[in-house]
Amino acid sequence: MSDCVICLENVTKTYRMGEIEVNALAGVSMRIRRGEAVAIMGPSGSGKSTLMNILGCLDRPTSGRYELDGETVETLNDDALAAIRNRKVGFVFQSFNLLGRATALANVELPLRYAGMRKGRRERATLTLESVGLGDRIRHRPTELSGGQQQRVAIARALVNEPAMVLADEPTGNLDSRSGAEILQLLMQLNRERGTTLIVVTHDSSVAAKTQRVIRLRDGLIEAEYVPGSEPA
Amino acid sequence: MFLAQNLLEALESLTSNKLRSGLTMLGIVIGVAAVIAMLSVGQGASASITGAINEIGTNLIFVIPGGQEDVTVTRPLTMGDARAIADPLQAPSVLLVAPMIQSRVDVTVGGQSHSTQLQAVTADYQQVRNVTLSDGEFINDDQVLGRASVVVLGSDVADNLFGTTVGLVGETVRLQGQPFRIIGVEESKGGSGFASQDDHVTIPLTTAQARFTAQRGGAPDRLDMILAQSVTTEAVPQAVTEIEEILRLRHRVQVGKDDFTTFKQQDILQTAAQITGVLTIFLGGIAAISLLVGGIGIMNIMLVSVTERTREIGLRKALGARRRDILIQFLTESATLSLAGGIIGILLGWFMAWAVGQIATATGNDFTPVVGVDSILLATIFSAAVGLFFGIYPASRAASLQPVEALRYE
Repeated sequence: MSDCVICLENVTKTYRMGEIEVNALAGVSMRIRRGEAVAIMGPSGSGKSTLMNILGCLDRPTSGRYELDGETVETLNDDALAAIRNRKVGFVFQSFNLLGRATALANVELPLRYAGMRKGRRERATLTLESVGLGDRIRHRPTELSGGQQQRVAIARALVNEPAMVLADEPTGNLDSRSGAEILQLLMQLNRERGTTLIVVTHDSSVAAKTQRVIRLRDGLIEAEYVPGSEPA
Repeated sequence: MFLAQNLLEALESLTSNKLRSGLTMLGIVIGVAAVIAMLSVGQGASASITGAINEIGTNLIFVIPGGQEDVTVTRPLTMGDARAIADPLQAPSVLLVAPMIQSRVDVTVGGQSHSTQLQAVTADYQQVRNVTLSDGEFINDDQVLGRASVVVLGSDVADNLFGTTVGLVGETVRLQGQPFRIIGVEESKGGSGFASQDDHVTIPLTTAQARFTAQRGGAPDRLDMILAQSVTTEAVPQAVTEIEEILRLRHRVQVGKDDFTTFKQQDILQTAAQITGVLTIFLGGIAAISLLVGGIGIMNIMLVSVTERTREIGLRKALGARRRDILIQFLTESATLSLAGGIIGILLGWFMAWAVGQIATATGNDFTPVVGVDSILLATIFSAAVGLFFGIYPASRAASLQPVEALRYE
């Protein structure tokens, strides 16, 4: 199991909305190998977001087991979960979620600060920004950057702690098709060159087509798993 | 997370909404300014009062006739009493004694008239009360023995009648129509209006007994007050005991039935300190209430800020911020806000104290507000504490937000 970054076993998540219980995840088991690029697809209400929150350690499963990079996650407390998110997960959001008042550099430094790193933060953040092609924009604030550039800052922020996986939630959803394609290309390139495990949550099949494996959800269960191009009906 | 970085971020966040931060700070500014101004005016008043009292002398004891309310038979203080107290065998702790008669008197010169206080004393009075002269000499023993018609003018009296305090020695003034030769003018001791210590004239005790008391039909021997000076400041309580024993023996009264009252300079000092202390506490209380109101304003704005920045908090948590990191971030913000308000308040309070001092000086009161290091420290620590205290609730609300819900917040 050592080549598995993510190992889910029969994970369920139940929300209580007043009197009604909603089974957002009804028992999901999956394994993702180190260095893999996987797309998670499914219509809205299929449990996509819930699965992403659990994979990203933002939320705990109601039952089942979740092992991330060799650590059992479902029993950890809030602060321990925060530490796992900090070291092992890099988030890329649809709406970028950069701090508007801070420069690109300060945004990328943020995870290093929460990691307790004292020296060399600036150097490391600068290097990471250079690796996503923003070496000349490190002093700019988000409002001075285009959407594609903002998402590059977000990717640099996700990578700066060298996490076990990058979790991208509709990373191209707020971008025009050209910068969307560039961002996707960047993510795939990082996956190939650095071996970063990549999980993309999307409902865009052209995005999913770039990955190595697609997991399709429906009604809180895995409906299908396939290699792009060999889509079952 | 580190202090400098936190502080920088807090400042960035606060300056991004200057108007709101400024208005929130205003509560603390006013509160701290009030604290500083009140304390400094209070301290200045108490310094001015103790200074005035100290000038009279700290080893001074006053004896006046009349005792507790239930004592009906009152013997007057007499020259005999004064002589007994002055006897070093009976009262070894007493250094000097100054018997005194007081009354009102009209002083006239060349058609000008001025009503003032008459003090009839012996030569020792000068040393007991620390009288200094700007011109001429004080009454001497010969003039007391010879019932001389000489007078020493207080500086206010000289100013009033002659418009000057110099070159008056040798001139004649009339007290109740009788001519007195001026032998000296006192140096001003300060104070104004009712508090003036310079509005009086001084003549030999014997002269007053012969010329004025006899006319009024009273006992010629009778005194209005005996002033005594102890050998040292430490000997004041011992001297008081000795004086009381002598007077009880001479007046044949028991302990607790005294027909005279002694009080010490130190009692007056203590009373003054008590009054100014109560005043300071009272004013400080008002100031503390305004600080409290300011603190509630900070809490209110911090709660709004936490709600507005729910998404940011969610993001920070997603990136690995622990509960503590968020808590510290918001506490730093509220403490910075409050502390900045405190510093501005200190400057404003300082200015207010200075203005009060200027007004006091302009109206002729010798009074300097003192802005002490202690009140500045107090205000600084207190304002930071207010920020921290009222920041705790909003910050802990921010810290306990769940990342999933916070990220979903629009």
